[in-house]
Amino acid sequence: MNAPIIRIRGVSKTYDRSAAARPALAGLDLEVRAGEALAVLGRSGSGKSTLLNLIAGLDRPSEGVVEVDGVAVHELGEAALAEYRRRRIGMVFQFFNLLDDLDVEDNVLLPAQLAGMRREPARARAGELLERLGVARHAKAFPGRLSGGERQRVAVARALMNRPPVLLADEPTGALDTASAADVRDLLRGLNEEGQTVVLVTHDTALAEACARRTIELLDGRLVRDTAAAAAPGGAR
Amino acid sequence: MSALGKVVRAGVGRKRVQTLVMVLTTMASVTACVLAVGLLVAARGPYQRSFADQHGAHLNVLYDPAAASPAQLAAAAHAPGVTASAGPYAAVTVQPRAGEDSSIPPPGSPLPAMTLVGRAQDGPLDGLRITMGRWVAGPGEVVFPDGRSPLAVGESLRFPDLPGQPTLKVVGLASSVSWSADGWVAPEQLAGLTAPGTTPAAQYLYRFAHAGTDAELEADHAALAAAVPAGALTRATSYRPAQQEADRTASTFVPFVTAFGVLGLAMSVLIIGVVVSGAVTAATRRIGILKSLGFTPAQVARAYVGQALIPAGIGTALGVLGGNLLAVPVLGIARKALRGGLLGIPLWVDLAVPAAALAAVAGTALVPALRAGRLRTVEALAVGRTAPGGKQAAARRAPGRAPGRAGAAGLLAGVRNAIGRLPVPRSLSLGLASPLNRPGRSATTGAAVVLGTAGVTLCVGLTLSLGLLQDGLEAGRAGEVVVQAPIEGTTKPPERVDEAAVARAIAARPGTRAWYSSVPTPVAVAGNTGRSEVVAFSGDASWSGYQLVSGRWFRGAGEVVVGAAYLRANQAKVGDTVTLTDHGRTTPATITGEVLTTGDFVYVDRATLAPLGGTVAAEAISFRIDLEPGTDAKAYVDALDGAVRPLGLGAEPGERHINIVVLAMNTLAGTLTLLLSVVAGLGVLNTVLLDTRERVHDLGVLKALGMSPRQTVGMVLTSVCGSGLVAGLIGVPIGIAVHHEVMPAMARAAGVGVPDGDLGVFEPAVVGPLILGGLVLALLGAVLPATWAARTRTVTALRTE
Ligand SMILES: Nc1ncnc2c1ncn2[C@@H]1O[C@H](COP(=O)(O)OP(=O)(O)OP(=O)(O)O)[C@@H](O)[C@H]1O
Ligand SMILES: [Mg+2]
Repeated sequence: MNAPIIRIRGVSKTYDRSAAARPALAGLDLEVRAGEALAVLGRSGSGKSTLLNLIAGLDRPSEGVVEVDGVAVHELGEAALAEYRRRRIGMVFQFFNLLDDLDVEDNVLLPAQLAGMRREPARARAGELLERLGVARHAKAFPGRLSGGERQRVAVARALMNRPPVLLADEPTGALDTASAADVRDLLRGLNEEGQTVVLVTHDTALAEACARRTIELLDGRLVRDTAAAAAPGGAR
Repeated sequence: MSALGKVVRAGVGRKRVQTLVMVLTTMASVTACVLAVGLLVAARGPYQRSFADQHGAHLNVLYDPAAASPAQLAAAAHAPGVTASAGPYAAVTVQPRAGEDSSIPPPGSPLPAMTLVGRAQDGPLDGLRITMGRWVAGPGEVVFPDGRSPLAVGESLRFPDLPGQPTLKVVGLASSVSWSADGWVAPEQLAGLTAPGTTPAAQYLYRFAHAGTDAELEADHAALAAAVPAGALTRATSYRPAQQEADRTASTFVPFVTAFGVLGLAMSVLIIGVVVSGAVTAATRRIGILKSLGFTPAQVARAYVGQALIPAGIGTALGVLGGNLLAVPVLGIARKALRGGLLGIPLWVDLAVPAAALAAVAGTALVPALRAGRLRTVEALAVGRTAPGGKQAAARRAPGRAPGRAGAAGLLAGVRNAIGRLPVPRSLSLGLASPLNRPGRSATTGAAVVLGTAGVTLCVGLTLSLGLLQDGLEAGRAGEVVVQAPIEGTTKPPERVDEAAVARAIAARPGTRAWYSSVPTPVAVAGNTGRSEVVAFSGDASWSGYQLVSGRWFRGAGEVVVGAAYLRANQAKVGDTVTLTDHGRTTPATITGEVLTTGDFVYVDRATLAPLGGTVAAEAISFRIDLEPGTDAKAYVDALDGAVRPLGLGAEPGERHINIVVLAMNTLAGTLTLLLSVVAGLGVLNTVLLDTRERVHDLGVLKALGMSPRQTVGMVLTSVCGSGLVAGLIGVPIGIAVHHEVMPAMARAAGVGVPDGDLGVFEPAVVGPLILGGLVLALLGAVLPATWAARTRTVTALRTE
């Protein structure tokens, strides 16, 4: 078995500082192995996005340790966090979050450009990704012209641009019709089969089943179910 | 309606920073406008206002009490045309000397003859305003007119020729709009100042129905003379010299205060427009929500105009306060220069400027508010939301631009693409392209920075030019050391000066770098309609700093340079030949140049006077000496003084004068420029703030993709670099052009021309930094919003719709 690439220990997150505030995450422990595909399920407000944001270094835990790919994410400063996100994390959002005023290629190029990669190799890589994700013919189009499924493919291409060890997806099919959703599902599964570590937040059980060999469920910020643990009790600890 | 009120108040409360910026911007703009308009009003005809305020007199008349009875004198108040009179006040003409404590005129030196009047500070006419110190409390004290005082407050003058050798201490300076006397003392003082065997004159002050012209004043004078026994009216002076001097100084202020006033007004309108319309546009989505809840378009428009008016109202009130507070020191110094007349901002300015500002705010808010009110609710709701749906890009821009401008949009996309290909880090090229998101707003803010840069350029140019002009005007006082007849009460000035010996002494002294002498002569210019003084130079005056408005300095015998006053009085021009005359002898000379001077002078080389006999006023000769760098001036003066004493002269350190008018102008220009820069900076700050607000979601995305805080700051800062640089490139030439209009206009008002050298102050070393000034101004305005943008929490940003 591969070594854990994500380690989360005793992580709590409380948004309000007030004493009575309910934590969004409460004492969570979790490990994800390299190459694993993990689906995070749970009701709305259970803390799924919060967990993903902590892994992405978009937010800091109130307590606990977040280590990704050997980096102690919870200890990083703002600049280091930016560097960390650039190198190790690819993110896909429910509403795509493409920049409307940049064309598809420029959107995909952004992470590489922020990382200071030279233009030509970056363009080659972007072309390759767009080709692979089947949106190469839209390279010069603006996101506003694309269908939801196409946009999400562009978003995935952008997320993969810097070859991140971890791909995070927050409800990637939440805004898509059934056909496009199936499309994105296949895409993510394919990526995982090639060895990409994927953490996936979703309500879509079909997506979870299709992509993830392991599923966890959150309730009020606590881990209430973990299929890996169920299969091999104590194994994932 | 209370729902509307709540919406307005909540809108103001929620956007604290933006509200604060709006308050600050209106405040700075209104402050600048109040000050500029106040100054403009003050500089236009301050004399008329002071004359009315201080009940000025048209004629100041002295009567011989021996030639007419008091009743006859009093009856002159009924002479034809007289509308008001004051008096009688006892008046004596005295010949004082400077007291032992005098600093500028040497102790004991004779002061010019002066007419002292015994009277109270207030009176029916010519009320006196104390400008420094206090009014006389009793005998032994004197108050002099401000600006024409021979001594400083605290110093004293003495009367060695009068019985008891009385002394008077200067206790204050007062402004008199009529120049009714050379000094004022307590009435009981008069007896002690009256020479034995004489009686004090009786002074009466008069106002007339018609006294606007010299001819009318002549007639008034004649009417008074006819009303009293012949010979009783011994002297009459009018208010005209006071008026002319005041108006001349004041009118030099008008051109540049006008320039700054117009700049300030234009800029304030631009910035208020950007700030207000930006605030309303930013709220478009909220407007959509309100409309979906059932607000009518009119209600929405009213809500947003109201929302703009609350902070603008506060800012305007503060601005009026600020303008009036700043006016105290600023007008104080201007008042010194203008000798009275400016007593604060007129009330109507305090009312008109804020009214105009609020109208501008309401007007600029109304346009976007109405547009937002008319916007279809769905569109308004879609604004700024990154949701699926192909219309979003269009909808996002909907409040600013009508759809269907595909051509313009395509062009923008092309430019954006081109910028994206620039070989700079991506975060910077993103910043460079960001003004394209709201071209209208960027252009308006850019225009404000243009005006700000023009203002700074004008201010720098004025300061430099005025400095040079002042150097030129002070050229006659050049030199670190001056050798002239010692002004001491006891020693008589020399009748003859052995100039060659003095020159030898100066040349022999180690440390002398260069010297020249100048001396007034009795020579006249034939046919001169003015009253020019001909001054002869010897030695090398090239270092003295005399500046030529046109032509060149004389090069030996047969050439003269003249001041503007001579050319004006004689309708002469450079190149004309004049005839110099003295004691019946004549010699021709060519005018080779117009020299910069406010006096009426004709300068010649000493050699020119040889054919005329070479008579000069030797006792008034002065030698001006420039020292080698590093020479100990004090030791030099002492040593040289020892050498020239036997020749009847003394050596002193040269004096340097601060020109209060120049100081006042620099202060005004500096203050107004600072205000303009603040307004421009706030405008940039507000624009960047609005831009980052609107793009906060995109910022979140970029940060999620790994944009670091430094890159974020860099991106926001570069977003203003383009407009800052362009603003500098446009604003500086505008400022230079305005400078080239304003400086000569000011000089014309002062009665001189401007030498080219004094106008050409914009050398590359000055222009370079000024051009970058626009950039700096823009960057300063963008720094705060940039750091805020960098600090925005990514998660929060991503959550914003
Ligand atoms: N930035 C925030 N500030 C305050 N509270 C927050 C913030 N983000 C999330 N929360 C709260 O934390 C809890 C967990 O939110 P989170 O977004 O992680 O839920 P989720 O499981 O992703 O829900 P959904 O399925 O609706 O996306 C919720 O109660 C939410 O209100
Ligand atoms: Mg969520």
